[in-house]
Amino acid sequence: MTVDARTLTLAALLLPAAAFLILAIVAPLRRGGRPAAYLSVLFAAAALGAAILSWRAHAGGAVTRLVWEWLPAKGMTLATVGVLADADSTVMLTLVALVAFLVQLYSLGYLHDEPPAALGRYYTYQSLFAFSMMALVLAPNFVQLFIAWELVGLCSYLLIGFWYQKPEAARAAVKAFWTTKAGDVGLLIGIVLLWRQAGTFDLLEMRAMVASGALPAAGLSIITFCIYLGAVGKSAQFPLHVWLPDAMEGPTPVSALIHAATMVTAGVYMLHRTSWLFALTPDVLLIVCWIGAFTALLAAVLACVQDDIKRVLAYSTVSQLGYMMAAIGAGVSAAGFLHLLTHGLFKALLFLGAGAVIHAVGSNDLPRMGGLAKRMPQTAMVFVIGTLSLAGIPLFAGYISKEGILGATLGGHMTGPFILLMIVAFLTAFYMFRVVFLAFFAGPPKGGPHESGPHDGHHAPHDPSFTMLLPLWILAFLSLAVGVSSTVVGRVLLFGPGVTEAAEHEVAPGWLTPAAIGVALAGIALAWLVYQARSIDADKLAAAFGPIRRAAIAKFWIDDLFEGVFGFALFAFSRFVGWIDRYLVDGVLNMVSAWTVISGDAIRSIQTGRAQDYVYGVAVGVLILILWMRWAIA
Amino acid sequence: MSLQSYLILAAIVFCIGLFGVVTRRNTVGILLGIELMLNAVNINLIAFSRFAGSTLGMVFSVFTICITVSEAAIGLAIVILLFRVRKTVMADHLDLLKG
Repeated sequence: MTVDARTLTLAALLLPAAAFLILAIVAPLRRGGRPAAYLSVLFAAAALGAAILSWRAHAGGAVTRLVWEWLPAKGMTLATVGVLADADSTVMLTLVALVAFLVQLYSLGYLHDEPPAALGRYYTYQSLFAFSMMALVLAPNFVQLFIAWELVGLCSYLLIGFWYQKPEAARAAVKAFWTTKAGDVGLLIGIVLLWRQAGTFDLLEMRAMVASGALPAAGLSIITFCIYLGAVGKSAQFPLHVWLPDAMEGPTPVSALIHAATMVTAGVYMLHRTSWLFALTPDVLLIVCWIGAFTALLAAVLACVQDDIKRVLAYSTVSQLGYMMAAIGAGVSAAGFLHLLTHGLFKALLFLGAGAVIHAVGSNDLPRMGGLAKRMPQTAMVFVIGTLSLAGIPLFAGYISKEGILGATLGGHMTGPFILLMIVAFLTAFYMFRVVFLAFFAGPPKGGPHESGPHDGHHAPHDPSFTMLLPLWILAFLSLAVGVSSTVVGRVLLFGPGVTEAAEHEVAPGWLTPAAIGVALAGIALAWLVYQARSIDADKLAAAFGPIRRAAIAKFWIDDLFEGVFGFALFAFSRFVGWIDRYLVDGVLNMVSAWTVISGDAIRSIQTGRAQDYVYGVAVGVLILILWMRWAIA
Repeated sequence: MSLQSYLILAAIVFCIGLFGVVTRRNTVGILLGIELMLNAVNINLIAFSRFAGSTLGMVFSVFTICITVSEAAIGLAIVILLFRVRKTVMADHLDLLKG
């Protein structure tokens, strides 16, 4: 090879940056819409090629560290920028590049009706996001990681609020931004504290310190907990998960890219990258594991009662992120990372499939769909593939990684989280097949939009155009390929040594595999009985879970609680600040002005306007001066 | 006679002039007061010149007398113009500067 691994990795990182800069600077191109989109897609494709080659170059365990001095300090370098490419970061890089490219391609069809200027804006943000996410993935130190972390948060904000004319979208964008910021404060504090402890931001140097035992362990729990807080915000863990479902106000391809495959997994990825650090603080890992499992269960319950197809997927993402966190908390971060990768593939697939459905039906509402399998056979097929992956059925991508996580929690003696996760596995299969049956197989709804609705004016729902179908099929193929190869071979050779570790760690008992498959199949069966065969009445089932269902529909009042608490706190604080402004600041000002008026009134009486009085004043003044001078000299 | 006597005389004349300037209601009276104050200065100049043995003070006093004459002429002209405009030359009626 003439091109070495460094160049390839840098190329993958800088190509989206170049696309972003070109689109940001050349305004006519950006406002042109389609040309901007083609340019961005082209650069994303090139970045994908570079990322794949870089991954192949590093998959064997080679490590490329390429850093430039950025913040020089006395006799040392405070921070560097650059890339740290190894097996883990390059496979993540490839996932990011792949999903970014496919989503950009898909968006060509999905955002077909957008005005040119908006389309150009969309692709500018997309390129910026791809660059930021890659910079995060390849970050060699915490400073670059944090900067990229904030940049992807910004891109998320911009893209959720892409349709900023919609008040809900603007609101959701702000909500996402603020909620993740709450966690980011923790991350920043954690990074600074860690720097004080270790004297460096660099991941490799820090890892060497940990390996040699040079890192003082005192207070490390606080530090890792602070860093974990950042991941709680970004990866939508309880109680900061509230922003992710609302983030679905953005265009569906954005949800697929940012809120399923890449950005939200940044927290999991960061914890995986620093797992050697977290391994020093088992108490924090315990928190990570429990919160992860609890988040998974909470989100799975919430997903069961949602009627909006995108919200089901959003809660499912929260739930799966909880899965990954649970694995990391159990001490097998590689299992979480493996699930991150497979989840990135099939969740992007599901979102893009849902996007195709929404595009065709013109609504997010599950009850307004139904019987779409006949009209959109290809979409239905890929959606089912994605659903089977998510449910963890053998031969599909989610199977091996999900079982890896279950094995990891069991192996880590986390019995409580393991039980929660088994329940979640059942619920996952149930709510995903609920979507499948309701949208694709159950009879079409009476008076549904594609029966007599306004969207059916001239054409019924149909499979989307080629640019939208191609990404779907690529992702479906990859989900299958990964699933088949891993199921058959039994080891995830595809992902390189770092990830294979997960499988080797596994010390799961023999009953785990049948049990995991069993609960998934039970979930599917229940969904089939309720929503397809209709032998169990959905309303009766709902009534059986009455209080839980009502609580879930109210999102367990977490949003309300936040709104109430923050609303109250903000209101009280505002009142307090208002009081200070009204009485303290204004009071001082009013007092000064009142005194000025009063003293002015008093003094103006000596201004008689007669020149003689002034002369008198001058004479007295001179006299006083002379006396004072005599007295001062004497 | 000593220098001090001259200076005391000058001071007395100056104070009389200042008293006139501050208290006279008639503008012409005020002008007269100013003339007195300037002449007090002249007395000082001459006295210092005499006792210092220098003619410089006398030269200055000649200048001062010339300037005083011109000032009186201009002052009286202003008073006449003032009378034409305001129909009065009483200083306490001229209070346009009042704040």
